[in-house]
Amino acid sequence: MQEVMKNKAKELLASGEVRAVIGWKKGEFCYDITPAVFTNAEEIDNGFIYDDFCGANLSKYLIKEAHKDGKVLVFLKPCDTYSFNQLLSEHRINREKVYVVGVSCDGKVDIEKIKRTVGDGIIALSSDGDKISVETLYDKYEINRADALAERCVNCKSKKHVAYDELLGDEGEVLDSKRFDEVEMIENMTADERFEFWRNELSRCIRCNACRNVCPACSCEKCIFDNDNSGYVNKAPVTSFEENMFHIIRAFHVAGRCTDCGECSRVCPQGIPLHLLNRKFIKDINTLYGDYQAGEDPEARGPLTSYTEKDPEPSVVTDKE
Amino acid sequence: MVKISFEKLNSLFEKISEKYDLFVPTKKNDGQSYFEKWEQGKTVSDDLNTVRSAKDFFFPQHEDIVSFKLDGKNIEITDERREVRPFVMFGVRACDVRSFSILDKVFLSEPVDTFYKAKREKGIVISLACQKPSETCFCTTFGIDPTEPEGDIRAWKGNDCYYLEGVTEKGNALLSELSLEECDRTEVDAQIENTKKILDRLPLGKLDTDSFGGDKLKELFDSEKWASLSESCLGCGTCTFVCPTCQCYDIKDFETGHGVKRYRCWDSCMYSDFTKMAHGNPRLTQLERFRQRFMHKLVYFPANNSGEFGCVGCGRCLNKCPISMNIVKVMKTLKGEN
Ligand code: SF4
Ligand code: SF4
Ligand code: SF4
Ligand code: SF4
Ligand code: SF4
Repeated sequence: MQEVMKNKAKELLASGEVRAVIGWKKGEFCYDITPAVFTNAEEIDNGFIYDDFCGANLSKYLIKEAHKDGKVLVFLKPCDTYSFNQLLSEHRINREKVYVVGVSCDGKVDIEKIKRTVGDGIIALSSDGDKISVETLYDKYEINRADALAERCVNCKSKKHVAYDELLGDEGEVLDSKRFDEVEMIENMTADERFEFWRNELSRCIRCNACRNVCPACSCEKCIFDNDNSGYVNKAPVTSFEENMFHIIRAFHVAGRCTDCGECSRVCPQGIPLHLLNRKFIKDINTLYGDYQAGEDPEARGPLTSYTEKDPEPSVVTDKE
Repeated sequence: MVKISFEKLNSLFEKISEKYDLFVPTKKNDGQSYFEKWEQGKTVSDDLNTVRSAKDFFFPQHEDIVSFKLDGKNIEITDERREVRPFVMFGVRACDVRSFSILDKVFLSEPVDTFYKAKREKGIVISLACQKPSETCFCTTFGIDPTEPEGDIRAWKGNDCYYLEGVTEKGNALLSELSLEECDRTEVDAQIENTKKILDRLPLGKLDTDSFGGDKLKELFDSEKWASLSESCLGCGTCTFVCPTCQCYDIKDFETGHGVKRYRCWDSCMYSDFTKMAHGNPRLTQLERFRQRFMHKLVYFPANNSGEFGCVGCGRCLNKCPISMNIVKVMKTLKGEN
């Protein structure tokens, strides 16, 4: 797959069809891959990679890259194409400037999960079908690939690309995912338990903003939390109220627009399960307004941004169970 | 050198807790370790690094400085500084211990930061030698010896006990209060020898630092490579918030409705309003902000501190950056190795 992608990139660069290629670049180790812009064949030969660790969703980089002259090629995994569509529908990307190559994906691996099993000191890693062999400074291990899959990949919602100009590899299908199971578990808690659960999680937040900055739905030019004039700027979660507020506002702001791409949970250095907040919103929207998957169709009008007379008016006051 | 068996560790911690707040690294349910106040039942995690560095104890993410209250035509000013109880940190790794002396150079030089100083004076650091360094560890690049960490007291974890050795006056004073069993260094020496062999095999253990330092300012600042290095940086600030040596802060006023609370909190050079002044921001693009972080560690800090680098090689930014861009990649790329 990687070789086919490299050739495609080089071909389109050589023909002048695209000015640049957004892809993934090899790191120091076997897992620390960086999103990168490649502009010539040499760079691609030296650094381009597509493997188990290319989890980063490249669609948000298009906001910046597609503002420049000429066309860019971007490689998108199935889940990334939903983010791409959502960005299109919000007019954040000029479609004409992008050449989307969809790439198939059999799930990405979470290095943190591997480290939790094998410990520190990973120096070599190779995956062979269902197994991953890991060599550390201290020992050798073989683990099941399935056990190392990222949370969002365990609960993958779709292997189907919803946008592309060209597809490499096999096309998949929308999956019957179990992604709401954990949300239900939390719904079944008592209000106090739920509060306790979220306080415990959010109290670890260091307000590093990684979740916000990586999020394709968080594409405001200037976030209210960064705007000195907003009165809400806060760089540190000084009180528990502020810790909660940032996340509540962010979750509401991406509600109906979050595609459940999973980037926020992937990047959180504190391991906060932000996907659970977003999935709660998605689940509620599905229940109240009918099934809706953000990013599935770039022409669709989001349930929270369009009005119909039949819109429900849920209320925590009147709808008390 | 003295020792304390694992079975007796709890009673030792209990004893320390009588006079001090004791903090130890403990594992949380997210699988990572954090310094937490010790209480019965809390165990010391063997993880190398806590997610948040140990600098939090001296330079917390936020602290209140002063508050103003309006009362008619009068303004009442209150010093909000909180009295710190003497505290002990157990299990700080060599990299984090070194970060304290880097922070000291900033906060304890004139004009002295009295908030920092008060905490520094009240804190006793018990460091813990590393036995199983990670592939992301490169403290040795900066001349730090993780087998013999600095600190007020240094500790090694043996097979059935911790070995402790006083380093500073403060540390020796605490040790003498604790009256522990004297012992020899045999197991410790063997451990050190063993760990040193592993350190030799660390992939980043001996990075070449010759191309960096205060005298390289112009060529590094002007390098064309910053563009590609910073290209995919999200400007999130994770690297600065987990870094034990990042030291920038902002002073903010919070309007409470009937007054103002002035506090300081960590800032990040990766942020768009970093060092924003009346005329605007001196670093308009992410390239400039990104460059600031690494130039600070590799050039500006050594320029002002007789060559000492502002990084301790703890590896946190390697582990936590969402796009896996970090100081090692920057160093290697600037040198033309990548
Ligand atoms: S990434 Fe995690 S720690 Fe950082 S702001 Fe988001 S929730 Fe908080
Ligand atoms: S909130 Fe999280 S899951 Fe939703 S679009 Fe943003 S990064 Fe993706
Ligand atoms: S270098 Fe990485 S951690 Fe630091 S601001 Fe950029 S993306 Fe965030
Ligand atoms: S720059 Fe990175 S490796 Fe160096 S001290 Fe900071 S977090 Fe640790
Ligand atoms: S960087 Fe050095 S001192 Fe720090 S945890 Fe790793 S081996 Fe230990």
